[in-house]
Amino acid sequence: MSEHIVSKKIYFVIFGALMLGTLLTVLAAFYDMDEKVFHGANTVVALTIAVIKATLVVLYFMHVRYSSRLTWVIVIAGFFWMGIMFALTFSDYWTRPTTSQPKSVSENVEHVR
Amino acid sequence: MATSHVDAAHSALAHHFDNMEQQREAGNLGMWVFLAQEVMFFGGLFLVYTLYRSSYPEAFAAASNHLNWKLGAVNTVVLIVSSLTMALAVYFAQTGVRRAQVLFLIVTMILGTTFLVIKAIEYYDKYKDHLIPVAGMFQWEGELPHGVATQHVQMFYWIYFAMTGLHALHMIIGLGIMTWLVYHAWRGRFTPEYHAPVEISGLYWHFVDIVWIFLFPLLYLLGRHVGGGH
Repeated sequence: MSEHIVSKKIYFVIFGALMLGTLLTVLAAFYDMDEKVFHGANTVVALTIAVIKATLVVLYFMHVRYSSRLTWVIVIAGFFWMGIMFALTFSDYWTRPTTSQPKSVSENVEHVR
Repeated sequence: MATSHVDAAHSALAHHFDNMEQQREAGNLGMWVFLAQEVMFFGGLFLVYTLYRSSYPEAFAAASNHLNWKLGAVNTVVLIVSSLTMALAVYFAQTGVRRAQVLFLIVTMILGTTFLVIKAIEYYDKYKDHLIPVAGMFQWEGELPHGVATQHVQMFYWIYFAMTGLHALHMIIGLGIMTWLVYHAWRGRFTPEYHAPVEISGLYWHFVDIVWIFLFPLLYLLGRHVGGGH
């Protein structure tokens, strides 16, 4: 398989999309969706835009869309394992019966002050 | 029969590869394995961030609202433009236009330096405001909502400096790599047949851009909708 050269036009289109995403991120951040839509909506919107932007960078600027399947496996595995790290950590913290925060931190509160 | 230039071994071809294409592919894959490791590295930091932000949402919002989101936004734009110029540097390496390749590498370096200068200005502002989260230096002078403890505000600043600091370190390393690239690009070492170093460094630079794409909303904008002001 020979090298695929991404055209300059595609780079400029992706660049435009990334700038638009940045603008939307800022606008959305100042609009109180937590109050008007649901609690946490601001964070969900910010992260959704960030994930779309990151995906565009990976697929086009980093050429993954035109890369071998082996490259795809490595890329997906990297993010999948990060997902495991988050899922297992939070399955622990969110299911602790007494406290939802690391114990050492809550104990140290008085000492640090 | 005389061998054509396609069959002749390129001077940059290492002996353990069959041909340039296989070598390029292997190099790319190696960089992606490194970047998968980087995803885990920064992922750990994002995990810490998520954990403590979910524990102390008000403290994090109050602390974040003290950051200069306008400088953060300018830096986001600077970094995205630098990703475009890096992509173009790779393009001109692939198509064998030496001058444009050198030019875009230098523009990328200038933008990377701009980012670091703005970052330094921000750090200095935080220093002046006594927000360096080291024992004895941290002092929060603003109002805090009822029940919000100063040390949780301080914790946000630990996370802020750790994440942006390690991100900035990656940028400094990237600038070092690009200095090397500019030198060899100028000497005409990279051609349509051999430009793997430019391509692989591009992957690294774009990855650093991706990290910032997440850092900007998560650090600078998280509490703006609850009275962040302009």
